[in-house]
Amino acid sequence: MLSVFLEVLRRDLLLAWRNRADVLVTLAFFTIVACLFPFGVGAEPNLLRTIAPGVLWVAALLATLLSLHRVFSQDHADGVLEQLLLSPEPTVLWVLAKVLAHWLTTAVPLIVAAPALALLFDMTQSATEVLILSLLLGTPILSLLGGVGAALTLGLRGGGMLLALLVLPLFVPILIFGAGAVDAYLAGTGATAHLMLLGGGSLGALALAPWACAAALRIAVE
Amino acid sequence: MESGQRFSLFRYAAPHLFYPLAGRLAPWFAAAAVILTLVGLYLGFFVAPTDAVQGEVYRVIFIHVPAAWMSMFIYLIMAFWSAVGVVFNTRLSAMMAQALAPTGAMFCFVALWTGALWGRPTWGAYWVWDARLTSQLLLLFLYFGFIALTRAIEDPRRADRAGAILALVGAVNVPIIYFSVKWWNTLHQGASVSLTKAPSMATTMLMAMLVMALASWAYTIAVVLWRVRPLILERERHTEWVGDVLETAEGRA
Repeated sequence: MLSVFLEVLRRDLLLAWRNRADVLVTLAFFTIVACLFPFGVGAEPNLLRTIAPGVLWVAALLATLLSLHRVFSQDHADGVLEQLLLSPEPTVLWVLAKVLAHWLTTAVPLIVAAPALALLFDMTQSATEVLILSLLLGTPILSLLGGVGAALTLGLRGGGMLLALLVLPLFVPILIFGAGAVDAYLAGTGATAHLMLLGGGSLGALALAPWACAAALRIAVE
Repeated sequence: MESGQRFSLFRYAAPHLFYPLAGRLAPWFAAAAVILTLVGLYLGFFVAPTDAVQGEVYRVIFIHVPAAWMSMFIYLIMAFWSAVGVVFNTRLSAMMAQALAPTGAMFCFVALWTGALWGRPTWGAYWVWDARLTSQLLLLFLYFGFIALTRAIEDPRRADRAGAILALVGAVNVPIIYFSVKWWNTLHQGASVSLTKAPSMATTMLMAMLVMALASWAYTIAVVLWRVRPLILERERHTEWVGDVLETAEGRA
């Protein structure tokens, strides 16, 4: 059973490596969105420091959103998805592997790039550490919930816009706790509660989202 | 539809039995809605006393609060029908969920709009980023997402089931959204009517509000029954009974 998980994970990572331009485009998008904000609100350092956690989280949210179509659409187009659904292996398992591959190829590069962007916003080192921690704990929820949205909108016209409408309202709590963690740390109240809620949300999404995702895939492919 | 005959509870889960029932019930609920709205508005605007603190502007609550209640109830009912549809694989429950969604979105919008009109004189701003306003706005987006998804899918069976999953995922998330937004910010005055403590408002005001709430229920039921009828006809158009219904309708016209 574990071998299916590892095999699908290996395959998706290999495909992502062969198409590494896609990963880089997501990363570039993340950087550019974050860099637009100073042009919009002005480059006053205090203001930038205040909005930095929110801006970086919103940019991460949008970058994840734009990369979500990669999770299933290619496999849907070439028929791999149908074969996987027909196979006797548990759907939840390989769905989880695909979502994990998405997280590794989308969220992890963003998290690696985030400290550099934090410098542009003049964030202190300790605040950046909290931001990274919040991203590490929060982005798995984005991939898991986003996977459900991607499965629901698989093969629909106007899928991208529709996906945004479906998942962005659900992402709001993650944004609140993610950006809130850094704000709470800077305000001196400590970020523990926010980070714990993010971690709890990740575990909850890990327990529930793969099932919803598997059901949505079955509906989409039928 | 043999099973519908055996279990009386599921009898009207059969579209061909529910269709005439909906047609018979809808006018009654519509009449109840009109009467209750007239009574409620009369009580609210002419009988209820002027509020000592807020003056006349508070009277918007007779529309605002029932609309806000309804918008949340309707999402729950939608999720309930979606769960029924997923568990029992009934066709009618998905149609009910889709008939409910536009009314829920409408009430959500009414609640936001009247809230803005009330907020301007009371808080000095049409909009504040407070917990209840924000979660109401997000609820509106959830309704839009549900409507958009079910309309974007051509195959009705897929639309039904995808919508059901989305409604259930949304229902799990609604409390999370509510509490996260509440954590994030709260300026709003506390809820005036709660189940745990005695309501802090005059009896006539409460009466007017409850009558308006009943009116919204009656309105919702009437509109949903009316909206679900053409949905049933469209989905069941390949069946014999729809042919009969349409023939008699043509014969009358």
